[in-house]
Amino acid sequence: MSRHRVVRNLDLDEELDAYDGDEYYEEDSGVSMGDGEQMREGLYKVKEVIGGDIPGVTDRAIEEALWRYYYDIEKSVRYLLSTFAPAMVHRQNSHVGADHHATKPKPKPKQKKTVEESRASDVGRASKKINALPSPPFSVSCSAFSASDFFQDSPWLNIPLHRRGEIVIESLYPRGGLMGGSSSSTGAPTSSIGSGKMSKLAALAAARKKQNEKTAGGTESVGRPQSSSVNLLSKLGQKSKGMFEAEAHPEQQTQVGNDRTNRAFDARKHIAKRRGILELKGPEPEPQPEVTALKAPVKAKDMRPEDMQAKPSSFAITMLGGILDGRTQQKGSMIDDTFKLPYVTEGFTNFNAFKGPSPDDIVTSAQKRSGKGAKGTKSGSKQGAEGKAAKQLETTISNLSVGDSPLRVKPKNLDVMGEYARANTKNAANFVVIGHVDAGKSTLMGRLLYDLKVVDERTIEKFRKEAGKIGKSSFALAWVLDQTSEERNRGVTIDVAINKFETEKTRFTILDAPGHRDFIPNMIAGASQADFAVLVIDASTGSFESGFQARGQTKEHALLVRSMGVQRIVIAVNKLDTADWSHERFLEIKQQTLAFLTTAGFRSENLSFTPCSGLTGDNVVRKAGDGLMPWYNGPTLIEQLENSEPIRRAVEKPLRMTVNDIFKGGAQNPLSVSGRIDSGSFQVGDSVVVMPSVEKAIIRGIEVDQEPSDWAVAGQNVVLHLSEIDPIHLKTGDVLCSSISPIKNIVSFTAKVLAFDHITPMHVDVHRGRLHVPGRITSLIAVLDKGNGSIIKKKPRLVPPGSLARVKIEVENAVPLEAPTRVILRASGETVAAGLLE
Amino acid sequence: MRLIMQNIDRDGSGTVTLFPEEPEDMWHAYNLIRPADLLRASALRRVTTESSTGSTASHRVHTTLLIRVTGIDFDSHAGQLHVSGRIAEENKYVKIGQYHTLDLELQRNFTLEKAEGWDSVALDVVRDACDPAKRAEVGAVVMQEGLANICLITEHQTILRQRVEMTIPRKREGKASDHDKGLARFFQTVLDTMLRNIDLTNPKPILLASPGFTASAFQKFTLETASLANNKTLLQNRDNFIIVHSSSGHLHSLNEVLKSPEVLSRLKNTKYARETGLMDEFFTLLRKDEGRAWYGPNEVTKAVEKGAVGRGGGVLLISNKLFRSQEIGERRRWVGVVDRVKEEGGEVRVLSSEHESGRRLEGLGGVAAILTFPLEGLDEGEEGEEE
Repeated sequence: MSRHRVVRNLDLDEELDAYDGDEYYEEDSGVSMGDGEQMREGLYKVKEVIGGDIPGVTDRAIEEALWRYYYDIEKSVRYLLSTFAPAMVHRQNSHVGADHHATKPKPKPKQKKTVEESRASDVGRASKKINALPSPPFSVSCSAFSASDFFQDSPWLNIPLHRRGEIVIESLYPRGGLMGGSSSSTGAPTSSIGSGKMSKLAALAAARKKQNEKTAGGTESVGRPQSSSVNLLSKLGQKSKGMFEAEAHPEQQTQVGNDRTNRAFDARKHIAKRRGILELKGPEPEPQPEVTALKAPVKAKDMRPEDMQAKPSSFAITMLGGILDGRTQQKGSMIDDTFKLPYVTEGFTNFNAFKGPSPDDIVTSAQKRSGKGAKGTKSGSKQGAEGKAAKQLETTISNLSVGDSPLRVKPKNLDVMGEYARANTKNAANFVVIGHVDAGKSTLMGRLLYDLKVVDERTIEKFRKEAGKIGKSSFALAWVLDQTSEERNRGVTIDVAINKFETEKTRFTILDAPGHRDFIPNMIAGASQADFAVLVIDASTGSFESGFQARGQTKEHALLVRSMGVQRIVIAVNKLDTADWSHERFLEIKQQTLAFLTTAGFRSENLSFTPCSGLTGDNVVRKAGDGLMPWYNGPTLIEQLENSEPIRRAVEKPLRMTVNDIFKGGAQNPLSVSGRIDSGSFQVGDSVVVMPSVEKAIIRGIEVDQEPSDWAVAGQNVVLHLSEIDPIHLKTGDVLCSSISPIKNIVSFTAKVLAFDHITPMHVDVHRGRLHVPGRITSLIAVLDKGNGSIIKKKPRLVPPGSLARVKIEVENAVPLEAPTRVILRASGETVAAGLLE
Repeated sequence: MRLIMQNIDRDGSGTVTLFPEEPEDMWHAYNLIRPADLLRASALRRVTTESSTGSTASHRVHTTLLIRVTGIDFDSHAGQLHVSGRIAEENKYVKIGQYHTLDLELQRNFTLEKAEGWDSVALDVVRDACDPAKRAEVGAVVMQEGLANICLITEHQTILRQRVEMTIPRKREGKASDHDKGLARFFQTVLDTMLRNIDLTNPKPILLASPGFTASAFQKFTLETASLANNKTLLQNRDNFIIVHSSSGHLHSLNEVLKSPEVLSRLKNTKYARETGLMDEFFTLLRKDEGRAWYGPNEVTKAVEKGAVGRGGGVLLISNKLFRSQEIGERRRWVGVVDRVKEEGGEVRVLSSEHESGRRLEGLGGVAAILTFPLEGLDEGEEGEEE
């Protein structure tokens, strides 16, 4: 249930009755209802406290003071006293102090005491009060009023009380409002300086709170458990928001709990109040059964005048920090009724609010403890908890305000570069596994994961059994990566599978590409995320040859990864067990492959050959069995992988990320995208632009390697949770970019391409990573010299295979592309060219 | 289209009266009517009359108008042709010189008089249009995961009825079911869209083309859904689904679809299947033997001038877009080329620019030729001009 509903469901009349039944004042049209009431109530109380006997105190002055202190009667009183009659304070205090020992207090002092008590109970009610009451725009200028002699010589202040008119002041400032009204959303005192209009209800709640606080002092010492539900409630309250206070101000626990108790039981508060007052007079306060680890309230008989002075409000703590600390600690030394300006006297260093964890931390930890809500996110469990509480007792809503985290994600304004430099992460490498169909790519990777204990024995056993049922028992290891039903039934990888494993040195991401030629678009998408490639070659008789002929994928894949910028290839000569671990076969394959790859533009030092068998697991993670390969003593496949050099990422460039997948990331994240960051970086709270739809989205959360993170940089494969965008604007292949330097959508471009086939003006599919759009080569601009790029022939009719050409390409719909991007052009299921955007 | 009356003199002047019957006839009309032609057709015109007192009243009248064409607009998706022009013949509602836009209607005669006279290409169009042979119409769904193009292939046009684009969650670790669910949703959408856009009450072949297994999975889904919902029309068409391999789900993959043996065996005699075959032949020749295949306006014109496109295998492939050119000289030039090839005994193929093969040809400049003997250096003169 949302908070608004909770508030709406409140029985207004009941609330009003509960309030009005106690004290009744006339409506005033000058201010809003709630304000007026608060003001009158405050005025009345202040008058009661200071009485009419202090000269110069006008209603107006009181109201001014109340307004300044935001209806904080105690402070107003103190301010007024200090302003108008410094001497009176002592009299008042001693007067009140005497009250404690009186068995039957006179009505007026009693009232006074109650107020004072409630103030006393209020001591440092840390964040809670701030939650309940948005602080007024407290400005430094208030110090001008605290100069005690400011009004001293003003003759008009001496008007007798009976002749004074009541003046009500219109709101000068917008009330604390949208940040939470009566229950501000932010936990920390400092962060609640939000402004906005306060709703009537919020004001009412605040007024009611005032009232309750008035009685708090009494009940505090009553300390009797009122009912089990109250206990529950106060525990709930403590759970959800008490952590911080408990750590920072243990002595406040009592008040927090009791306060809530009171609020929950409006009807009983007067009884409680009176009882509290009566009991307060007893020699010893009673223990607090419902709250553990409490400090007993200050004993009544020990009370000295300064004890009666209320502890400062949280706001005061925030504003005046160290001064107040000092004041409360040096009890009994000297009573200074004026507050010094914090910024003048000392540095703004003693900042209680930051001693403990941040409000978000509180919420998180509270949710963790409260079991039920733990699975949700902040907002989710917050609402859940609230809804529950509201069902129990509607009147307690304001207590639960700490959990109210803002719906909008706040940018943390991290220095991502700095974080990245500091993070000092392990070497990370993404590699794509390529090769002809049925070369054993998935099985080899399944073996790798199995032997590295990423996949446990039981899972493999299960796969073995299930695969055996459909007569494909040899596919069990491949099922680790081939997870869709179709892939398993057909025994073919269809889409790229992403998996992760770690060795001591490096954190690897596997991109297991499909080998079938129909799924080359998927393979291109996978390869575009890779730093290097593992080329799996089937060593069994005939299979190597078929993969290596003109239309075999061994060649096409190798050319594709080369044209996508992959420099290094680890070649795994797989299924060597079927060739009896023959050295000759290995050498033959090595020789042919090496010859092809070097002509394709790979440097031979970037190529390494490893004989292995994915099915048996020899020379993958463990060394080959004894006597199998006496001729080989090189590294195993995993050792070869570890030799990968760290790759420099384009971290400093503007953000570009191609969307690889769009899915529902869970109940809290209705829209998530995954992909690899091509360049740049981002953090939670950033807004990104989705191209080509030119829609903005906010990053709600980031997951790097399945772990939540606050930031991510180029090269990482991430999952982003987005908000404030309709899923209709997102397609796979879209580009997320920064709004400062967005990528442009273009419909035509020129590219320098290497032709793999004859190129004429024709229809092609343009691939860039996941992006896959229909396009057309509209004109052949020139054939270029491969060595120096000079023009050999302008306007050729036809570009023969193997030559370099500059062509003009048009795509049907605008796509986000920018130079220098590598594009691949395919037609009729074959790669015709690959090149660089110009 | 039915030919109601033909009154053409030896010199090409004269009129032809035609009766369009189906939307595709509008496509033919679009290829026939040129600016400056005289077109007589029934029209609905709002006429404003002013009475003696000065008050005006307007009403709509059905009348037959003769206009001199100034502009033509064809909406291929709706099959509508709007011809605008100035009235060339006065009647009681209109004066000469007033403007009117005629919307040609089905089942209503129109009479056309060519300003340029009836040339061979125009007469061919009339002949083609009035060919009473049963028109082949094929539905096709070219798809890949997340993308489907639902189109209708008629004799002269490929009409993209609807494109379905959806994002399907890809397989992720432990979340394989998301993908399967997404795929089922996608299939359902494609099926619904297909049933809306392709009329299956007259059984016709439906080509399902995709890379990988998407098409066969879709067929399976369709038939399962049909038998579950007891959809009779779908079940009747059970045998009409033809699964074809294509390399992608984009529309231009139809080229591959139309030349696949499964389709050719069924649709051998359709015009577009032949055109697709010829285009492939051209491209193969272009790759193999550079001298025998040429494309581009200048090169082909030169080759025709040299008599290379003639008897014994010479084929001129020309897009009908060239004949629709707004410049009168341009059309005349290509009609001349066509006539020349016919004289030489070569074959002339006018490819519809609304077909995939025609679009391929357009990429080559709208005209291509397979020569009877190799010629070299046809493009050199042009290059020289530019330098």
